[in-house]
Amino acid sequence: MLKLENISFTVNSDEGERDILKNINLEIDERLVAITGPNGGGKSTLAKIISGIYTPTSGKIYLDGEDITNMSVTERAKRGVSFAFQQPVRFKGLTVKDLINLAAGKKLTVAEACKYLSEVGLCAHEYINRELNASLSGGELKRIEIAMIIARGTKLSLFDEPEAGIDLWSFNNLISVFERMHEKIHGSIVIISHQERLLKTADRIIVVANGEVTDDGACDEVLAKMLASPPACKVLTDKM
Amino acid sequence: MNTTEKMLLEEIADLHKVPEGAYNIRANGRLDSRSTTANIDIVTKTDKPGIDIIIAPNTKNESVHIPVIISESGLTDLVYNDFYVGENADVTIIAGCGIHNCGDQESGHDGIHSFHLAKNARVRYVEKHVGDGDGNGKNVMNPTTVIELAEGARLEMQTTQIRGIDSTVRVTNATLDKDASLVIRESLMTHGEQYAKTDFTVDLNGENAGADVVSRSVARDKSRQLFISKINGNTKCSGHTECDAIIMDGASVSAVPELTANHIDASLIHEAAIGKIAGEQLIKLMTLGLSEAEAEEQIINGFLK
Repeated sequence: MLKLENISFTVNSDEGERDILKNINLEIDERLVAITGPNGGGKSTLAKIISGIYTPTSGKIYLDGEDITNMSVTERAKRGVSFAFQQPVRFKGLTVKDLINLAAGKKLTVAEACKYLSEVGLCAHEYINRELNASLSGGELKRIEIAMIIARGTKLSLFDEPEAGIDLWSFNNLISVFERMHEKIHGSIVIISHQERLLKTADRIIVVANGEVTDDGACDEVLAKMLASPPACKVLTDKM
Repeated sequence: MNTTEKMLLEEIADLHKVPEGAYNIRANGRLDSRSTTANIDIVTKTDKPGIDIIIAPNTKNESVHIPVIISESGLTDLVYNDFYVGENADVTIIAGCGIHNCGDQESGHDGIHSFHLAKNARVRYVEKHVGDGDGNGKNVMNPTTVIELAEGARLEMQTTQIRGIDSTVRVTNATLDKDASLVIRESLMTHGEQYAKTDFTVDLNGENAGADVVSRSVARDKSRQLFISKINGNTKCSGHTECDAIIMDGASVSAVPELTANHIDASLIHEAAIGKIAGEQLIKLMTLGLSEAEAEEQIINGFLK
């Protein structure tokens, strides 16, 4: 279980101090939780704080009761935190198989590595030996990024806008990927998303706006409120 | 050969035992062993140090190993190796030099290789340079490669130098005839106060000749690198040269690509990029459980692969 206790994050800008996150308190134990909210509301920052990329200005983070607040990205990864970037990273020279192996933490057979790529709708043999360089489209990189998270199979998997840059066909596939993960996961998946169809796969939806949790509850309940409210509707259509 | 020499041989030419096919192993300036085949002859030069490797026309699926080992401190070995590859031959040539210098004196190897590929011949050439030793003597290598490709010939050249060479000046000059193609992939890493200079010159003289010259390098510590690549398009042809370098610590890298088109249908491109390892690359690998040092190593190994 993930527990966030009074998490705040403040940055210094030209206009002075700016609070990105204000006293966030959350417990996440469900299989699939979606975090949504307007752009700039603090969702990605929250995911980066959980994964250790950013350090909170104040507050505590616990994973299965252990305080991980001061742990590095590497230490958190070793304890079972995975993070899929919104903008996947390119690597000259490293192949898809290299990255899948690193994610799995062991050398996989080609068949094993291909299984993870097939899960995200990629024709595995066409991709397995390709470099993660500029020759791959943003959508392809995104799916490879998700395959890496599946290969890790950790207790907490964070996805920052997995739908960004993915075409409609791939998006339908993406929904299926999360539905399958939802069934199989031994832990929690946290998806940051604006897409109603992705939000519908969640057990619970948390709305983060202006650095605060403004709503939190069962999927149907929160989604119904959002769809009934014009400003919240905008949140769902912002990136569609 | 002693254990150190055998280890060097394994590293530069992947040789665990006597290779199959033709080979010429040179150790400390002298012939160590040699074997020829019905299609590949190796002849000692009489006017200067070195060998002629003569590959018969239509030779297919054969290989030649010509590694050089230097384990005597203070030895500078100059050798001329000339390859004559017959029409329609298709072979692999594995070269390389390993220096183990435990003394205080400079050890060096200046290998001057010339490739003469006849019509439609194809060669895959792999060259690896490695240095080690715990003495104060410097390891110096200055390879020169001269390439002449006749009509339709193709040379794929892969060169690697990733450790232990204190100073190197690597010169490659190529001339290509009609429909000939040249592919060069260079991987280079320098440490400490090492210096490496690469100097490619390619003349595309025949119609539809093509050259693709790519160098990937990593400069660490206080090392210095200079990459020069000149492609001259003298007819309808295509040429691409690329220098991609990762710079670390207090190193210095210069890239000087130069294209000259002497014909309206010469299509020439150059790319050069020098930069440090991107922070997001390190963080991505750290989110997979690697430490920062392990992530850096993976990125560099992949880049130079």
